[in-house]
Amino acid sequence: MSSEPLIFELSSPGRRAFDLPALDVPEATLPGALRRGRAPELPEVSQLDLVRHFTHLSQRNMGIDTNFYPLGSCTMKYNPKVNEDVAALPGFANLHPYQSGDTVQGALEVMFELERWLAEISGMDAISLQPTAGSQGELTALFVCRAYHEKKGRRPRKVLVPDSSHGTNPASAALCGYEVETVKSDDKGHVDLEDLKARLSPDVACLMMTNPNTVGVFEKDVRAIAAMLHAVDAQLYYDGANLNAICGLARPGDMGCDMMHFNLHKTFSTPHGGGGPGAGPIGVKEHLRPFLPVPRVEKDASGYHLKEEGFPESIGRVRCFYGNFGLLLRGLVYMRALGGDGLPEVARGAVLNANYLLALLKDRFEAPYGDRCMHEFVLSASRQKRENGVSALDFAKRLLDFGYHAPTVYFPLIVPEALMVEPTETESKETLDAFAEVLRGIAREAVETPELLRQAPVNTVVGRLDEGKAARQPNLRWTPCPPPPA
Amino acid sequence: MPHPYLPLTDHDRAAMLKAIGEPAVDSLFDSIPPDLRLGRPLALPGHLSEMELAREFGRMAGANRPVSSLESYLGAGAYEHYAPSVVRHVLGRSEFYTSYTPYQPELTQGMLQAIWEYQSMVCLLTGMDVSNASLYEGGHALAESCLMACAATGRKKVVLAEGLHPEYRQVVKTYAGPQGIQVVEVPQAASGAADLKALEAHLDQDCAALAFMNPNFFGCLESGADLAGLAHSKGALLVACVEPVSLGLLAPPGDFGADIACGEGQPLGIPLSFGGPWVGFIACRQALVRRMPGRIAGITDDNRGQRAFVLTLQTREQHIRREKATSNICTNQTLLALAATVTLSALGPVGLQEVATQCLSKAHYLAGLVSRVPGVELPHAAPFFCEFTLRLPVESAGVCRAMRGQGILAGVELSRFDKARPRDLLVCATETKTRAQLDRYAEVLARAIKEAA
Amino acid sequence: MGVPADLRYTKSHEWARLEGGKVVVGITDFAVAAIKEIVFLELPPLGRAVEAAKPFGVIESVKAVFDLKAPVSGKVAEVNAKMAEDFEALARDPFVQGWLVKLEAPGADLSGLMDAAAYEKFCAEEHH
Repeated sequence: MSSEPLIFELSSPGRRAFDLPALDVPEATLPGALRRGRAPELPEVSQLDLVRHFTHLSQRNMGIDTNFYPLGSCTMKYNPKVNEDVAALPGFANLHPYQSGDTVQGALEVMFELERWLAEISGMDAISLQPTAGSQGELTALFVCRAYHEKKGRRPRKVLVPDSSHGTNPASAALCGYEVETVKSDDKGHVDLEDLKARLSPDVACLMMTNPNTVGVFEKDVRAIAAMLHAVDAQLYYDGANLNAICGLARPGDMGCDMMHFNLHKTFSTPHGGGGPGAGPIGVKEHLRPFLPVPRVEKDASGYHLKEEGFPESIGRVRCFYGNFGLLLRGLVYMRALGGDGLPEVARGAVLNANYLLALLKDRFEAPYGDRCMHEFVLSASRQKRENGVSALDFAKRLLDFGYHAPTVYFPLIVPEALMVEPTETESKETLDAFAEVLRGIAREAVETPELLRQAPVNTVVGRLDEGKAARQPNLRWTPCPPPPA
Repeated sequence: MPHPYLPLTDHDRAAMLKAIGEPAVDSLFDSIPPDLRLGRPLALPGHLSEMELAREFGRMAGANRPVSSLESYLGAGAYEHYAPSVVRHVLGRSEFYTSYTPYQPELTQGMLQAIWEYQSMVCLLTGMDVSNASLYEGGHALAESCLMACAATGRKKVVLAEGLHPEYRQVVKTYAGPQGIQVVEVPQAASGAADLKALEAHLDQDCAALAFMNPNFFGCLESGADLAGLAHSKGALLVACVEPVSLGLLAPPGDFGADIACGEGQPLGIPLSFGGPWVGFIACRQALVRRMPGRIAGITDDNRGQRAFVLTLQTREQHIRREKATSNICTNQTLLALAATVTLSALGPVGLQEVATQCLSKAHYLAGLVSRVPGVELPHAAPFFCEFTLRLPVESAGVCRAMRGQGILAGVELSRFDKARPRDLLVCATETKTRAQLDRYAEVLARAIKEAA
Repeated sequence: MGVPADLRYTKSHEWARLEGGKVVVGITDFAVAAIKEIVFLELPPLGRAVEAAKPFGVIESVKAVFDLKAPVSGKVAEVNAKMAEDFEALARDPFVQGWLVKLEAPGADLSGLMDAAAYEKFCAEEHH
């Protein structure tokens, strides 16, 4: 497929893709000083040109609907179509956030019900649906944590994160004004309890933990960790990125976790949208409830209400309005489709698929954390790097040639040449078999014809990119030709 | 229980367990200590078939009265515009909406190019040099802008004109507090525009940013040039929070000297959807690009000599710089940025100007009508775009209720934000309203006021 | 490339040299090799006070960031701004043409830093 021109390159003055009814009131004008001198140089294209352009762009893109996407830590499961249909209903899509309560009872019911579902799934006591994405959920919970300590007159300065943690954990902690300290993992991938103990003090505000963690291992000592933290009044944060592994079978709230976020765009099937939107609701235990953001959804005999006032200890708002409602809605549709009976089957399927895939691949790669995993696993291409001079990146790029999205590479940071694979429960055995056969074939190529990996991909619309040039000479926008001199 | 989303059959499971070497699926969970397992079914209703889902959610949707079934004059940061049909169709391409962040550029050139085109359009619209790939929403974009200004200047104070949406200001305060950044809010002048004298009194050498909204929360237009002069005289950056449709007519932030422009992209073809998902935009001068939060797409070459798109300047971001990143943002709002891109492509420069002109004209026509209703005042003298404040002779609550009975959402009651404004109504008219509807609004309003008085 | 004997070295791979009353600072060829492809260099403004072992600038590859740490405390007296635009020149000759800053550091004592032999040994160990 040849490259697609920029929409600006398709532009021809005088064309348009949309028209308006004639203005039926007198035309008003603005004071001259406030007016724009020159119209923005937006593209001028016909409607068909526009449709073809964006259709071509879509054809130069890969989604779950087109290909297997075993991207570790991202939970790229099927995004059910009925979710999209429901979200597009005018009764949901065309609601203004400031409509009076009596005209939005259905929307408030969705929010109230979703809170109830998330609370039961997580074992948490209170939920806020406001955060827009997982990282904003983290930040919101840390704001809550900070408010909790401050109310007790305490100002702990540190947040602990395991060395296997996602980069948003330390970034969120820093944004919340905390110093970040890294806790080591032991050789099985668990949080190193001795190292944790050595770092604990009243100066620790919380530990941010993912469970199962990013190497796909369940932190079996989570209760002991919670007790150690609570002994210094530090909080245990549960990063819900990997909730898919245990949903309906074990609950963060029962493990001693005090607060957590959910990624509806991972666990609960809302589409990733090419990088968003997501939704990152948080859950907290009772002692943190007073600090949750406003507004909150409540129900009484007269119906559902959004309440702004009466929460003097609330951290306030982390965004306008009520969260990514359209995604909250899709998440609830998914939960209702699976039901209380189906959600544990999701976790079982996710863990079975991951272990099966690991079993098919473990003789070809180093598997630093053994032959069992939860919903995802980490392989290392260290041996191939050493012996054949091919890296995890080369494996990733070669997979693209066979129509697979690559696994997550070089994460977690503690595994050299990491390939992190998460198949999810929505993939069939046949898909896993085919993928494993291809990856095993690539492992063979790595020994016999390593150049094929280093040159890959060759079957994609573009080959490997010069990322250095992109960073050294940033070209981040289209620049119109200067207007001709008057 | 076979489920449409779960493909494994009993036969599959048996074969897979054999390959793994485990007797049962549940033994794969042995690493979870027994006392940490739930040990009971979830206390939640059972699964629903697709038909049952459609029925149940159809019922809930039916319990709402969407603006499409009424005549809505609500604005206050959420605007009803007509979205060109092409927007929905492009967004419905599941190659876009079911894809992940484009970390493998060879597979995701389409979305990367769309992001680059989005960045270009944000720059053209705002007159700024560089845009990122999107932020969560307008309030978040303002908060990130303020943090960016603090990082760039090494100062820890921001001054917010109270013409900024109250919820936007609340978001700034939530983000600023834990970092020890002081937030000063300065009331507007009686005209409804920013109070330059009062702002000047609060600006000093510690101030990182002066932030304002245009059109402001009350609908009034601000003088960006005056505000830029004020901010720059103290070495502070000017943060302009702007509404994109109005930029079809209004001078862009880049022209009046803003250092950072930000705002909410919802008016560009994105459904109201009860407040989200929408898209925050942020753009800045070239000198600030390394302080920019979030993702940025750039152009480079591939190893075949072709033009290619890739996420770039990634060392700013959390997955590399961790606690030293410019922000913690990871997932953003790419799909909505695509919606804005398609809308701006569909409108083009002429269409955008026409939409803006229709908004301006309809709002002014309506303001003219309602200002002749006995007892009704327009309290602000400053010029406005598509939204204006109305002061009623009686409390707004009863009037709004009565008009709702006539199928009209009369406006956003300012008492919601300020108890001291029980009679003030924020009224917005966009291109979606016809002259007949505007005429009816004025009649119904007059009647409702008469009945309330 | 050999490690010049007349320079002193830090564990974070900067070198330092006394020149008149100033301390000239750069990065070593070991650091250049580790970064692979330099895409960005941020140097401090003139007059900025820097503290020993604390960052005074940043050097980046596509996917990694490295702080430049000051070998001694002092005040930035000169900046080799050309290097922030010509990364190839920096990579070619990090020890002479590629100096980065000169610090005003009266009475600076470099004896606490590694000499060439100690630094070479340090790099050999770090490499394994």
